[in-house]
Amino acid sequence: MSISVQNLSKRFGDFVALKNISLEVPSDSLTALLGPSGSGKTTLLRIISGLETADEGSILFKEEDVTERSARDREVGFVFQHYALFRHMTVFENIAFGMRVRNAPKPEVRERVNELLHLVRLEGLGQRYPSELSGGQRQRVALARALAVKPRMLLLDEPFGALDAKVRQELRTWLRKLHEEMHVTTVFVTHDQEEAFEMADQVVVMSQGHIEQTGTPQAVFDNPATSFVMDFLGNVNVFHGRVKSGRVEMGPFNLQYDDYQHDEPRNATAYVRPHELDIDRAPSQASLQGTIKQINPAGSVLKVRVAVEEFGVDLNIDVTHYRAKSLDLKLNDKVYVHPRSVRVFMPEPDYVI
Amino acid sequence: MFGKRRSPLPGFAPGMAVTVGWLTILLFIPLVALIAKSFSLTASEFLAAAWSDRARAAYVLTFGAAAVAAIVDVAFGLLFAWVLVRYHFPGRQMLDAIIDLPFALPTAVAGLVYSSLYVKNGWFGRFLVPLGIEGAYSRFAIVLVLVFLGLPFVVRTVQPLLSSLEGDTEEAAASLGASRWQTFRRVILPSLMPALYTGFALAFARGLGEYGSIIFVSTNIPFKSEIAPMLIYSRLEDYNYEEATAIAVVLLAGSITTLMCINWLESRNRRYAR
Repeated sequence: MSISVQNLSKRFGDFVALKNISLEVPSDSLTALLGPSGSGKTTLLRIISGLETADEGSILFKEEDVTERSARDREVGFVFQHYALFRHMTVFENIAFGMRVRNAPKPEVRERVNELLHLVRLEGLGQRYPSELSGGQRQRVALARALAVKPRMLLLDEPFGALDAKVRQELRTWLRKLHEEMHVTTVFVTHDQEEAFEMADQVVVMSQGHIEQTGTPQAVFDNPATSFVMDFLGNVNVFHGRVKSGRVEMGPFNLQYDDYQHDEPRNATAYVRPHELDIDRAPSQASLQGTIKQINPAGSVLKVRVAVEEFGVDLNIDVTHYRAKSLDLKLNDKVYVHPRSVRVFMPEPDYVI
Repeated sequence: MFGKRRSPLPGFAPGMAVTVGWLTILLFIPLVALIAKSFSLTASEFLAAAWSDRARAAYVLTFGAAAVAAIVDVAFGLLFAWVLVRYHFPGRQMLDAIIDLPFALPTAVAGLVYSSLYVKNGWFGRFLVPLGIEGAYSRFAIVLVLVFLGLPFVVRTVQPLLSSLEGDTEEAAASLGASRWQTFRRVILPSLMPALYTGFALAFARGLGEYGSIIFVSTNIPFKSEIAPMLIYSRLEDYNYEEATAIAVVLLAGSITTLMCINWLESRNRRYAR
């Protein structure tokens, strides 16, 4: 079921949590609300679920306005960061809760709970108490509990935030697969850009109560709309400098920049992603000389830190293992670095009257 | 393994010595003395003293009144704790402080105040007595004063647990379609059960031992409104120490059994709470 958020605003006392937010979540999609803490992503999720009410604006499920409906009547499955399981109930009773309060017939409850225990791969653990389960198992119980009442959508608040890295990775893959099987519109909140990009069909980047950018992971990654998005997507080399007459001067780089042809210089910030920097033994056009200070393997790449003495900056570069091997990179080697692409963002000019 | 593990608190040996010594001198030896004293009676003498019709009537009243009062305390104590934890209103802290008053008030004062309020021309009594409600000099009066004395035990045991309950489990219940009542009945109340058992046990134990206030609000008539501690007292007045201790032993056995039952219920409830 599609969700439509229209002109939503919310404040807590003096703190503005959401400023005039509008968002479309397509039916059956998996959408990530991505942002740093305090960006309003959890508040937005809670307002969609009905656990929180907006000051202004409305929420539509399909074409139906649910703004005035309580959480109880929205038929939304909500999964909390800290599971929020009922400690005094067994796993079975936790999952059955939603059906029990609706007075579903007992055989039907038993059948559905067993089906869900199978789905979340917790067969045989129905009689355990939540305190007897691991974090990952608890979160799967919470998910099964939310799914038991066949919700119109699934909302997850930092679902893997409290889990360790390996379990988190497993659950991500598993949840993505589950989503493909179930076709339930799903929105999840995360501050982890990797998580958002790995799982979602649509990424919504938020900051300070507003939406910075909405799009597919590919679109957001390839064309960050704002410097915030670029910065938040992480791990970039940032240079402060100026643009003038179709050129950009950023510390070590002096490159062509067609978007600004005035001869009056303006401040700008340039971003270069670590994998957009090339490393070589021989100099080329626009390359800089530097010294390798650090080499750390990180999954499929090597993270290399190169100090460019001439400008006093450190560059973070992702190098493939293959490339590193063929160049035979070692600590303190002299190398040449050149950017394959640079993104320049100019702050809004200050108009003076 | 036992000796090697270093405790972060210093002085296991002196700490343990003081604890054991204290319990021995203040608790264990008096209890042994009590039981030893009752052994100076033969079995039939013991039975005659401790299980006479008058004594049995006194036990029933003592345990019955304490139990009824503790049940009432559990209901109202839960409500008070709920109000104090969940709502913010002017005067909340004041109310919070007043809850403890029965702890501090000499029980004789409570007895005096209650009896004067509920007698025929007292503030409450002038309305209640014509309706047939005898709030003074009756069994009802005993329960009434025990309710007053036991209430803070329940409030003070439930309050911390209630304020530590995570709000998100209630939100989870709501999002799963539970009504407020269903959330309370199925989620909140079961989580509070351990505290309610403890509160009940404390209020009940308090009621069993109460003496000072009851002599003021009860007529202390044998078979009708005489509680077991009162009976012990009247045996003591007759210099009949053996019979007094025999009754005391039964009272002791009864209260220990009751407390053990409650503990068992509580622990059965605790499997999940780790």
